[in-house]
Amino acid sequence: MTAMHPQGVGPQATYEAFLREGRFMLQRSRATGRHVFYPRVLVPGSGEADLEWVPASGLGTLYAITVDHAREGDRNIILVQLDEGPRMMACLVDCLAAPIGTRLKAEVQVLGEHPAVVFRCLGEVQP
Amino acid sequence: MSTLLRGQTAIVGIGQAGIGEAPGYSAMELLGQAALAAIADAGLALADIDGLFTATSSHAFPTLSVAEYLGLRPSFFDGTNVGGASFEMHLLQAALALQAGLCNAALICYGSNQRSAGGRLVSMSEPQWHEQPYRPRHPITGYALAASRHMHQYGTTRAMLAEVAVAARQWANLNPDAFAHGPLSVDDVLASRMVSDPLSRADCCLVTDGGAACVMVRAERARDLPAPPVYFLGAAGAQWHRSIVAMPDLTVTAAAESGPRALAMAGVGLADLDLVMLYDAFTINTLLFLEDLGFCPKGEGGRFVQGGRIAPGGALAVNTNGGGLSCVHPGMYGLFLILEAVTQLRGAAGARQLAKAEVALVHGNGGTLSSQVTAVLGSAAAH
Repeated sequence: MTAMHPQGVGPQATYEAFLREGRFMLQRSRATGRHVFYPRVLVPGSGEADLEWVPASGLGTLYAITVDHAREGDRNIILVQLDEGPRMMACLVDCLAAPIGTRLKAEVQVLGEHPAVVFRCLGEVQP
Repeated sequence: MSTLLRGQTAIVGIGQAGIGEAPGYSAMELLGQAALAAIADAGLALADIDGLFTATSSHAFPTLSVAEYLGLRPSFFDGTNVGGASFEMHLLQAALALQAGLCNAALICYGSNQRSAGGRLVSMSEPQWHEQPYRPRHPITGYALAASRHMHQYGTTRAMLAEVAVAARQWANLNPDAFAHGPLSVDDVLASRMVSDPLSRADCCLVTDGGAACVMVRAERARDLPAPPVYFLGAAGAQWHRSIVAMPDLTVTAAAESGPRALAMAGVGLADLDLVMLYDAFTINTLLFLEDLGFCPKGEGGRFVQGGRIAPGGALAVNTNGGGLSCVHPGMYGLFLILEAVTQLRGAAGARQLAKAEVALVHGNGGTLSSQVTAVLGSAAAH
């Protein structure tokens, strides 16, 4: 399934509008099938501008993690390797830390004032 | 290409100011004092400076602010800002501009009062919109993520990272200018307060004040000036990402590209290097750069530094001033790497002086492992 982006709005604003609807969408090049994140007006490096919006599978693998110890408390910041290929920064909302390689599932939650993609652990750990 | 620049220019003056703590002084004042010291060291006058290369953590238009403050009207100027590696890139820009005759005496300079002004790392680095919801702490989050990946992939341990901090402190203990002195053990580092897993307080660079400057001229003029010339042999920059999410592999930096290009320009190999200055904003940096520059295979950095290999008396002299970890780190540290290399190549490093110091590699890093710029400097013996 593909979705059109609102007329006259760039990829960043389109992505954020989808998030406000509770949807995690990714860009994909029609010609190459390559997914792009963060949203851009082109596929970086090769330059295809034929990007359409597709729903993310929401599945990914924990690529790197840090637990930040600040005065206001401990919290994690992670990098997720999405099954579609790109990597994104996010956080785990169901635990403070998990092993690298843990399979993850995305959901959209309000962080601070704005909706953002966050992840929960699926339990399985890949080597 | 390489022969056009190799050995054609030289650093003939260095200066620093307010290393450590300089309460009551602004960033620009420390920069100004360092610039005057470097120009005096070069045996030149302020009015001789016609090339200006600068970047700071607090000036949006650094060459404008600095030229106005110093009262310069430079015929060539460059304010490239790629974070802490800016000054290694300025070396290359200055070498190009001097060799092309666009200027005749180049001043590279920096100043920061961030310790006295608040004790926090000052940065003009803007938040990345796709990272902002997760509130990464710039810059430590990126380095901690890279360290987590290195530990996962290669079995690197916190004790191996700690060896980097311990070696830096042992060098700092030989350097009267270093800000952090005193004993530091692997156990001390492991017991240090955790900031951002796996990096503890002792895995992080200092936050100090400090100004630094150096002066470059063409080689034929350098021979007539009072200080022993330190020749520019080569330099190269590489950048593969801005934000940590876009780093292709968190265990491989663009030093793997900049290092070989700089060494090729210089016409030297790793075995020719007497001194290796690596931008150690965090302990993981030193491991990554040792690997990416080719001193050990990828993933072996942790094991490479064990047993004091990069400490005083070890097989490889790394960060002999004590590094950003124990000597000085006023936000952007890259120029201080150059100053230590010049000091060693002049044979003026006192208790920490290396027995043989003819060729030095200086490696700058900026952003979140983003900009990587390698330079090679040499004494007259290497020229």
